[in-house]
Amino acid sequence: MNINAAYSAGRLTVYLVGELDHHQSRTAIRSIEELLDEYMPRDCVLELSQLNFMDSSGIALIVKTGRLMKEQGGRVWIENPATQPRRVIDASGIDRLIPVAINK
Amino acid sequence: MNSSNYIKIEFPSKSCNEAFARAAAAAFATQLDPSMEELGDIKTAVSEAVTNCIVHAYPQTIGKVSMRLRVIDSCILEISVRDWGCGIENVGQAMEPLYTTGGDDRSGMGFTIMDSFMDSLRVRSASGKGTTVTMRRCISPRTGRR
Ligand SMILES: Nc1ncnc2c1ncn2[C@@H]1O[C@H](COP(=O)(O)OP(=O)(O)OP(=O)(O)O)[C@@H](O)[C@H]1O
Ligand SMILES: [Mg+2]
Repeated sequence: MNINAAYSAGRLTVYLVGELDHHQSRTAIRSIEELLDEYMPRDCVLELSQLNFMDSSGIALIVKTGRLMKEQGGRVWIENPATQPRRVIDASGIDRLIPVAINK
Repeated sequence: MNSSNYIKIEFPSKSCNEAFARAAAAAFATQLDPSMEELGDIKTAVSEAVTNCIVHAYPQTIGKVSMRLRVIDSCILEISVRDWGCGIENVGQAMEPLYTTGGDDRSGMGFTIMDSFMDSLRVRSASGKGTTVTMRRCISPRTGRR
């Protein structure tokens, strides 16, 4: 999997690209931690439109990012999840904790 | 003559095999002509079951994982994932949403996801002997296809 990031005006957008499973998640979480340390954003957006696959390891990553941002006094939300991640997000009920935004 | 199709794959509990197991299950499922959504559900459930073997069944060692898929009545896919690891003491508790022994790397949602993506889920486990997770998903014939 690949992680790309864009920062502007206090908002860090993290683009998760490819497949996010247990094998990939440790590196992915470390990359996100480094990005949050570097930019100290007010808002963090997890952009999932190019994430072809994720399982519960992705849920743990989202929850962890939420906790890190809360510690910094910031907000997190998910943007444009692709179909399969969307179904996993729905099944897990994580959207009660972390909002999901769809921008077309 | 109607002997149903099956495959059986065995691999070591290395995390690099998670993606392989998903891809193999998807490739086998293709014969039932699943929709993209059904294929995604099958890959997700397999990923959860196999990851549990790798993370929980053999926490400190590399052990054997076996995955079996078969077609029942030409429309039901049965997936069975087995390990010979530590086993689960209380299966009912383990299957509850958010229950995890995996700390904050895990979300405790694996069984919940398998249960909601598959039509049936059965977990058999014996402490110190291992665990078998068996799931079934009916792949409905698609109308209007050629
Ligand atoms: N194959 C297994 N061998 C031993 N214990 C298992 C096995 N599968 C699951 N468990 C136990 O059941 C618990 C719940 O499993 P479940 O998949 O629902 O959540 P998790 O693996 O902890 O987290 P997640 O799947 O969200 O990453 C695990 O924490 C573990 O204690
Ligand atoms: Mg799990």
